Amino acid sequence: MSGNEGNPLPAMTGRTAGRWLRSDSGQGWLTISPPFVYALLLLAGPILVIIANSFWSQDYLTIDHTFTLKNYREALTEPIYRDLLFRSLFVSVIVSIVTVVLAYPVAWFVSFHGGKYKGIWLFVITVPFWSGYLLRILSWKVILGYNGVLNTGLQYLSIISEPLSSLLYNVNAVIITLAHSWAAFAILPLFVSLEKVDRTLLEAASDLGDGPIRGFLRVTLPLTMPGIIAALMIVMIPTVGDYVTPKLVGGKDGVMIANAIQVQFGKAANWPLGAALAVSTMVIVGMVAGAMVLLLLGLKRLVK
Amino acid sequence: MAEMIEINQVEKHYGAFRALGPVSAGIAEGEFFSLLGPSGCGKTTLLRLIGGFDEPTVGSISIAGMDMSGKPANMRPTNMVFQSYAIFPHLNVSENVAYGLKRLRLGREEERRRVDQALSQVELSGLGPRMGNQLSGGQRQRVALARALVMRPKVLLLDEPLSALDKKLREQMQVELRHLQRQIGITFVLVTHDQYEALAMSDRIAVMFGGEISQIATPKDIYQSPLSRQVADFLGGMNFLTAGNIATAGEQFSADIPGIGKVTGKLAAGTDTSTAPVIGIRPERLRIVWEGESADPVISGKVADRHYFGEVTNLAVEIEGQEKRLSVVETNDFGADDIPIGSPVRLTYDKDAFVYMPN
Repeated sequence: MSGNEGNPLPAMTGRTAGRWLRSDSGQGWLTISPPFVYALLLLAGPILVIIANSFWSQDYLTIDHTFTLKNYREALTEPIYRDLLFRSLFVSVIVSIVTVVLAYPVAWFVSFHGGKYKGIWLFVITVPFWSGYLLRILSWKVILGYNGVLNTGLQYLSIISEPLSSLLYNVNAVIITLAHSWAAFAILPLFVSLEKVDRTLLEAASDLGDGPIRGFLRVTLPLTMPGIIAALMIVMIPTVGDYVTPKLVGGKDGVMIANAIQVQFGKAANWPLGAALAVSTMVIVGMVAGAMVLLLLGLKRLVK
Repeated sequence: MAEMIEINQVEKHYGAFRALGPVSAGIAEGEFFSLLGPSGCGKTTLLRLIGGFDEPTVGSISIAGMDMSGKPANMRPTNMVFQSYAIFPHLNVSENVAYGLKRLRLGREEERRRVDQALSQVELSGLGPRMGNQLSGGQRQRVALARALVMRPKVLLLDEPLSALDKKLREQMQVELRHLQRQIGITFVLVTHDQYEALAMSDRIAVMFGGEISQIATPKDIYQSPLSRQVADFLGGMNFLTAGNIATAGEQFSADIPGIGKVTGKLAAGTDTSTAPVIGIRPERLRIVWEGESADPVISGKVADRHYFGEVTNLAVEIEGQEKRLSVVETNDFGADDIPIGSPVRLTYDKDAFVYMPN
């Protein structure tokens, strides 16, 4: 019974409790209780702490626990935070779209033409992810840098005469690096949803007069919409909060909201303001994600 | 009637394995043509070649006088009812039926009129807004049929369309499909492994074994005059008899059959007499001679086993000189279902009931 603290057990006598534990729902609660407790302590707990913090205020070295909305006022009206949040959303939406657009053909190829090598293809796709996250970001620095691989390559091909300085330390660099970092996470849900498409449906589309492209747009694409939405969300939601990539390749133009939050929790030592920024970001990302899902589902209904 | 489909020396290889052929056949315009055979005989492969889902390795297929080589399914005047029905789950019934019409840009009114007409043809009027994944097996089958028919194809291809339905619905759909085909008059090519389905629906049947066509004939000819032991065995029951002195003369054959005597019969047109033959008789062509009846000729035997099938009873009768028991199918009107196992029984047959087949 030790793993059962999270259960909303109604007050009951020993005997009825025993009977309840043997019932289907009792067994169900018992089975999920360890991860349920884990999730409660490690996911819900910190979020509650953050939310509580966001309604308090920093009083030099101590925290004033009286309820206040001044952090939210600052988070939502201060132009710097508004700009950063706006840029973060822009970057995450662009990154997720770019990632999914690039990942879809890869997933499609593996699913439709991978044959018996599907497993090997998926394995190969995950290989870059065996190295650390930081290493992958730093290797993009090597590729995009002033004397980097891309610049020397382009110079060697005489496409440019002087190295481009516009490749690194800006928003584009952040987008390129993030899109690469999240590629595998987009490929996998897309692959799963493509695998579920009944190939006979594509034959039926062909039988009814569609060429390969029309068949793809009218059958494969709408049927893989759940995978597309999953991939978009998996990429978009974490990228809003990424602060390592903008810090390493973003320069001063690539700063995102998470960097500001990090500063509030670190150097600026204003946890309540940081918490209010975090909560505002969470809510706004949730709304943007929801809007994107509704938009895609609406598009799907238009396909006939 | 003009030939709608001409299959000319077609073969399909998968690597070194020859899955089909060589086969040649002509299917007439407006004909209900069935490809019948056990699983793995190549019937579905042939249908897919006609539909353009695969290309023949050797040979060619022409439809309505046009060579179809290199033309994929979307360029052919054929439509297919798939075995799994392949109903688009993200579209409703009307959208499924209208799927192929969209490309024709008929205009909203005409498109709707044709969808409604197709749905009423398969008796699904009013089911238009139902989603594709909310249909019963029978409804899915009808939607698949309407979706193909609405395209007004020159040839409708049906890949075991009734195999997923229960027996009652299957029999009802056999009648409806046959009726529909007569009404609209387009060529149907049906793939089935169910001999009764093929017999009940087709104008002609091609029986296939091991990637080749064994016989093409009308249902009656296939059943009554099978040109090989394999065909006879696949369609209905057949008692293959131990026989000696099998001889042919002109269109006649004769044989000495232990326990039965000397029998004669007519050779079916096209019978190959160059290989070793076998003589057989269908179970329903043997009849019981009841007490007080007289008959000639008569076979005497003993009932070894009995199986009750409702309208008929299947008796296994031992007769002297025959290794295998004779299977006899008798209606239950006179009490065949009550004959005790082990009791003696007399059988008779019509003179033309014996069949000569290359073994």
